[in-house]
Amino acid sequence: MRKKISRGLVLVLAVCMLTGTAGCGTKQEKNALEITNVSYDPTRELYASYNELFKKYYEEKTGQQVTISQSHGGSGSQARSVVEGNDADVVTLALAHDITLIEEAGLIEPGWLSEFDRNSSPYTSTIVFLVRKGNEKQIRDWEDLTKDGVGVITPDPKSSGGACWNFLAAWHYADRLYGGDEAQMRQFVHDLYQNVLVMDSGARGATTTFVENGQGDVLIAWENEALLTVKEYPDDYEIVTPSVSILAEPSVAIVDENVEKNGTAELAKDYLEYLYSEEAQQLIGENFYRPSDEKVLSQFGDVFDLSVNLCSIDDFGGWDQAYADFFTDDAIFDQIME
Amino acid sequence: MGKKHVIPGFGMTLGTTVSFLCLLILIPLASILARSFQMSAQEFMALITRPNVAQAFRTSIGCSLIAALINTGFGFILAWTLVKYEFPGKALMDGMIELPLAMPTAVAGITLTKLYSDQGMFGKALGRLGIKVSYTRLGIIVAMVFVGIPFVVRSVQPVLEKLSPCYEEAAAMLGASKLYIVRRVLLPELLPALLTGFGLALSRGIGEYGSVIYISGNSAKEGTQVVSYVIMQKLNAGNVDYEGAAAIALVLLLVSFFMLLVINLLQRFTSQRTKF
Amino acid sequence: MKRKILIGISFLFFIWMLVCPLIEVLYRSLKDGLAVYLKAVTAPNTLSALRVTLIAVVFAVAVNTFFGICAAWLLTKFEFRGKHVLATLIDLPFSVSPVIAGLSYIMTFGRMGWAAPLVKWVNEALGTDIALVFSVPGVVLATIFVTFPFVSRELIPVMNMQGSGEEEAAAMLGAGGFTIFRRVTLPNIRFALLYGMILCGARAFGEFGAVYAVSRARGRTFTLPLEIDALYMAGSADSITQAFAVSSLLVLAALAMLVLKHIVLRKSPAGNKK
Repeated sequence: MRKKISRGLVLVLAVCMLTGTAGCGTKQEKNALEITNVSYDPTRELYASYNELFKKYYEEKTGQQVTISQSHGGSGSQARSVVEGNDADVVTLALAHDITLIEEAGLIEPGWLSEFDRNSSPYTSTIVFLVRKGNEKQIRDWEDLTKDGVGVITPDPKSSGGACWNFLAAWHYADRLYGGDEAQMRQFVHDLYQNVLVMDSGARGATTTFVENGQGDVLIAWENEALLTVKEYPDDYEIVTPSVSILAEPSVAIVDENVEKNGTAELAKDYLEYLYSEEAQQLIGENFYRPSDEKVLSQFGDVFDLSVNLCSIDDFGGWDQAYADFFTDDAIFDQIME
Repeated sequence: MGKKHVIPGFGMTLGTTVSFLCLLILIPLASILARSFQMSAQEFMALITRPNVAQAFRTSIGCSLIAALINTGFGFILAWTLVKYEFPGKALMDGMIELPLAMPTAVAGITLTKLYSDQGMFGKALGRLGIKVSYTRLGIIVAMVFVGIPFVVRSVQPVLEKLSPCYEEAAAMLGASKLYIVRRVLLPELLPALLTGFGLALSRGIGEYGSVIYISGNSAKEGTQVVSYVIMQKLNAGNVDYEGAAAIALVLLLVSFFMLLVINLLQRFTSQRTKF
Repeated sequence: MKRKILIGISFLFFIWMLVCPLIEVLYRSLKDGLAVYLKAVTAPNTLSALRVTLIAVVFAVAVNTFFGICAAWLLTKFEFRGKHVLATLIDLPFSVSPVIAGLSYIMTFGRMGWAAPLVKWVNEALGTDIALVFSVPGVVLATIFVTFPFVSRELIPVMNMQGSGEEEAAAMLGAGGFTIFRRVTLPNIRFALLYGMILCGARAFGEFGAVYAVSRARGRTFTLPLEIDALYMAGSADSITQAFAVSSLLVLAALAMLVLKHIVLRKSPAGNKK
């Protein structure tokens, strides 16, 4: 009996080895018409529908079928993965800065920012508040987030790029409120972040904490995320647009070194250019991103609050400057958190 | 040293073990650690002693110690029950011990957070008693207990199975008290396995990421950031800081290595005592 | 009395720690009905993830079983200098945060890693195009890393308890190394070996952090845990249900291992009792 088991174990091992080798042998053949789009977290739905649209368009135009593989994650870590060898043909990330990171690694040629229209930003977004239906705590603007007893949910700026925008938008509001008095501005953001109940590692985690686990009274969120949540649960949430917010311009670029290697330069260019077409802009609006085409944007006047006063990252001296001033170790964010 | 081994296979097993270890583990780890040496010693010390980093180490080590102790206690009882008794549902219990391993850590984290948040099943009940679990250090401990339990059970179980009941019977027949049997007969046999389980649960807890980040709330203020989270902060932040991440990783490695070494030495000590 | 209390404690802990989370997962996966469930588990991305996961599990179990037996043999049958450092080094991957494990392969074999030119050179010499990160082989490597010490860790305590007397006797009678292992050692350690393989397999099924670092292409190199994360992070109520449906696959995998273990146990009535 014992011998049988021993023999059985040896057999199991042998089978494991064999299937293992076989599994390796069936490495998928390389399809010439395949591109990889490395993007960030909140664009999952957008690119899921855009890829369908593009496939149809491309087949009509050239008669060829394309496979598009999508990759999502935190924008910073996605950029890092491309630098580390993730074989992306195009990148569609949250910040121009993340693409600069890839450029600095030598994968993207300088000047990519002007390769496509509008600083290579086919869509924009901004920061809004998501509150529970009825808005019990009467949250109207940034100031209300600093009041005692208001529970705020926002991700950690030290770990999520998106969360930095939340902070900067609040800072910008304080700047206008106190006319640039830095001590008072610090006190303002200090009070706001004292109200933060849970600081998740990323924007999607924060949404889960607020929506699924029912924590807090207000979520500082991307406009597209907030609209998506309201669409999903129309009876439970509503959106509050603050008087002041920040304009985020997600950027797109071709990863030159990879497309050269993969022979997909033309396809990649088509893929990104088509984002600016009217159909695609329409689709972008339907997915709650603000289309960069003003004509299309104006059709979505009932979806987006177009009156909000938007500052941009340039008001902070560009992303690198803003990051150094606010978010590196011992910079303003660390100081106000102490 | 130098004496001929009676049992064959020394060369072959030594060769295999060392080459696998180097190729798969040590060389990759060395290349990440080489990164941390690009920092100057001052920068390194400044980073490691930053309040949030030091606090993360305290949180990770403290919580995983508590979780490993809880696991050792309950794991031993579970293993004992599974080996010594017959009862309905035993097969199910036995089979589900591995569940925390097979469940992706992210799913485990999300599920536990929900169960223990003030809206969840346990959270509501505990909330009435004034105990908050999700988004506190208690939550981190719960997550670590969850991921660590299989290690203790599965370390102790095979040894208990091998342990012949005739020792106990003989001792009992010779009139030994229950306590005496446990202390002098069972414990020496079981201690190495318990230590293994404790060590495995502990080290799993120290490095844990996926299941902890959801339930912890990651607040520097409340001291609920764990070391893995701080490492990811360095990597995911606006400007990637490989050196910083590698430096913290190096310290984490040293801590784990030291703890494992202590446990291995203890194990050697206890297993030598049992050899006649 | 003692028996009842112990069984009681075990059940309480078992239900509290293991059953409740499981029920939560199953409940959420079937919340929208069986049709949604079936659609989720047969989606192309899920099947692709299942395939990658199985490849990774099979490789990890095979490599680590072979390694584990060698390491346990080495550490329990022989005395040599540096033995305890070696034993600790073998356990090291286990306490390395998975995040670091993935990153270490990236730093070695990734585009900016020092071994990248080496990989390129080998590929050019062989005319192949094998990538060791952001690819299926990368997933396999990362999985092997995190499950590395599992089998040896299970074998060492049992083989220590067993002592080397029987093996020494067999060796003196002139048996070769492999024969001794198969005829003398294996029958004594088969349960521990099996436990080790099951632990290793289960951990390989569920690994997330390390694999995430080296796998970014959904539908190509994603494993089940990554697919679950992708579904969960998609944010809509539907995709969250789908995420739990796919999670239940992993729970089923764990149950399949239980069945496997039982088949082996039934075949050995003698070994089961004592």
